[in-house]
Amino acid sequence: MDDSLVLEYDVPGDDFTRAGEASSATKATLKRLGLPADIIRRVSIVMYEGEINMVIHADGGKATVTVSPDAVTMVLKDTGPGIPDVDKAMQAGWSTASGAARDLGFGAGMGLPNMKKWSDRMTIDTAVGVGTTVTAVIDL
Amino acid sequence: MEKFFHSVYLDDSLCRGCINCIKRCPTQAIRVQNGKARITSEFCIDCGECVRTCSYHAKKLRRDTLEILDQFDYTVALPAPSLYLQFHNLDDVNIVLTALLRLGFDDVYEVAAAAELVSAASRAYVQSHRESWPLISTACPSVVRLIRVRFPNLVERLLPLKPPVEVAAELARERAVKRTGLPGHRIGVIFLSPCPAKVTYARDPLGVERSHLDGVLAIKDLYPLLLEQMKQVRSDPQALAAAGRAGVSWGISGGESGGMESESYLAADGIENVIRVLEEVEDDKLSHLQFIELDACDGGCVGGVLNVENPFVARAKLRALSARLPRSDRHLRPADPDSIAWTAPVRYEPVFRLGSSLKESIALARQVEELTAQFPGLDCGCCGAPSCRALAEDIVRGLASRHFCIHILRDHIHTLSDTCADMIADVVAKNQECSQERIQALAGQLDQLNTEIAMMDVGHRPAACAVPAAQEEGGDVYDPA
Repeated sequence: MDDSLVLEYDVPGDDFTRAGEASSATKATLKRLGLPADIIRRVSIVMYEGEINMVIHADGGKATVTVSPDAVTMVLKDTGPGIPDVDKAMQAGWSTASGAARDLGFGAGMGLPNMKKWSDRMTIDTAVGVGTTVTAVIDL
Repeated sequence: MEKFFHSVYLDDSLCRGCINCIKRCPTQAIRVQNGKARITSEFCIDCGECVRTCSYHAKKLRRDTLEILDQFDYTVALPAPSLYLQFHNLDDVNIVLTALLRLGFDDVYEVAAAAELVSAASRAYVQSHRESWPLISTACPSVVRLIRVRFPNLVERLLPLKPPVEVAAELARERAVKRTGLPGHRIGVIFLSPCPAKVTYARDPLGVERSHLDGVLAIKDLYPLLLEQMKQVRSDPQALAAAGRAGVSWGISGGESGGMESESYLAADGIENVIRVLEEVEDDKLSHLQFIELDACDGGCVGGVLNVENPFVARAKLRALSARLPRSDRHLRPADPDSIAWTAPVRYEPVFRLGSSLKESIALARQVEELTAQFPGLDCGCCGAPSCRALAEDIVRGLASRHFCIHILRDHIHTLSDTCADMIADVVAKNQECSQERIQALAGQLDQLNTEIAMMDVGHRPAACAVPAAQEEGGDVYDPA
């Protein structure tokens, strides 16, 4: 697409302290575009939750953000274990996060529900043993 | 009112064109161009980092001098809480306050006393605005300016109350008018400031249309004069002090939070730490807190560049002084909360926006990404910008060119010189006569080569990265023999 901006980030899988780098970088770029404050806030929350999900569950992955004059589209793609029951994963408070992740304050079971809450549209494409791709769209 | 007035300015004659300040500026407001630092007014938040970091003292600060007292019929000094923490073995604030009267002021009004009123108003506001938690302190003007240009999401979380210095200025003038019967404009209300941000505030305030401050003096300018006067009054100072521990503690980080009488707060100091906290508030990670106190300077206001004492020693002095102070002021009646509320809202200033429309901004942001990928990613500062990305943004804003990057330039010079060599080699190899056309082409290449080599010279870029200009013929040339 000629009139859009594409930002790509590798999300490392083994380092909690680096989760959030992609959302921070995205946030900085969106501010350069002069997008409304509310949109930037929503994008950064969705991105951050998506990044954390990839760190906790999937040993990292790739985040691609596309900004067009109509929408911000975030694609979070991993080759992790996949989600066996998407309906359950979408329930607030349901979590399969490890004890270690919970000890760090993650794994409250609000990741995907929060991403959906702050997006205008969200789809989850997942297969057990293959990986998960979450696509979240925020309209402008 | 000047929208982007600043108290920080550069003394060209002292600036050596190093890159220390561009690296430290939290809003990337400084560039070194033609060998001298330049501050972009729209980006500057008056935090004073560049003043602190400049080894050559080329960053200067505007402020008033004591002569300003002559402009008024009656003057009131407003000492910042941090002023008391500059002196050794000070056991009575009255000594400082009495010394101020001897310096020529007619009255004193402690900012620390007003701080206690602001604390009361802050507690009431925070408790009645749960939906905005965590609210962010607005006492440090640099923090408010930082949020105004860099954190659009957080503008609505700013505690919309006047800072203690403004409340003190209003109350001081009111009291002076009552005491003297003079019209308000004949009274000079002068702040004794620890930092440049407050100097700027007096001219270009935040949250109010116009500040009641008539002038701002630097603590470090007054310090030697005060010491002299304090010696004279030490044994018998007047009873002028009104503030207690709660108010004086506003001089250090955590002091303002202490006045909130709640445990649900965070206090961060130092501009880089402030930015880290603001990023987290922006991502909704600190929503369990009620209040966030932020000070641009290390240690709080005692870390301001117009102080004398280092902030850690100042904190120790507060501990000693506190033991001799009442908890809080007992002389002031509680102020009307409306008189402390902001009267002019602070709004987001999108100064970093690349284009005038979203479409244009997207196109420019794409160019920024492409250019950034071409640069070496060393953030060396040899282009005069603090990072490769900052240079890329300068280029799309039309303020710089790719050849500002010394690495790109060097590569291009190599290419040009290779081309010249090839052209000559070609003529030699074919052993043919050199046509006028070829000579002209070669001359063109050499001309370009010269221009680009000159771009590496002093005068075009930070001095540290420049090649010293070529020696004149017959000049002194280093001869190892």
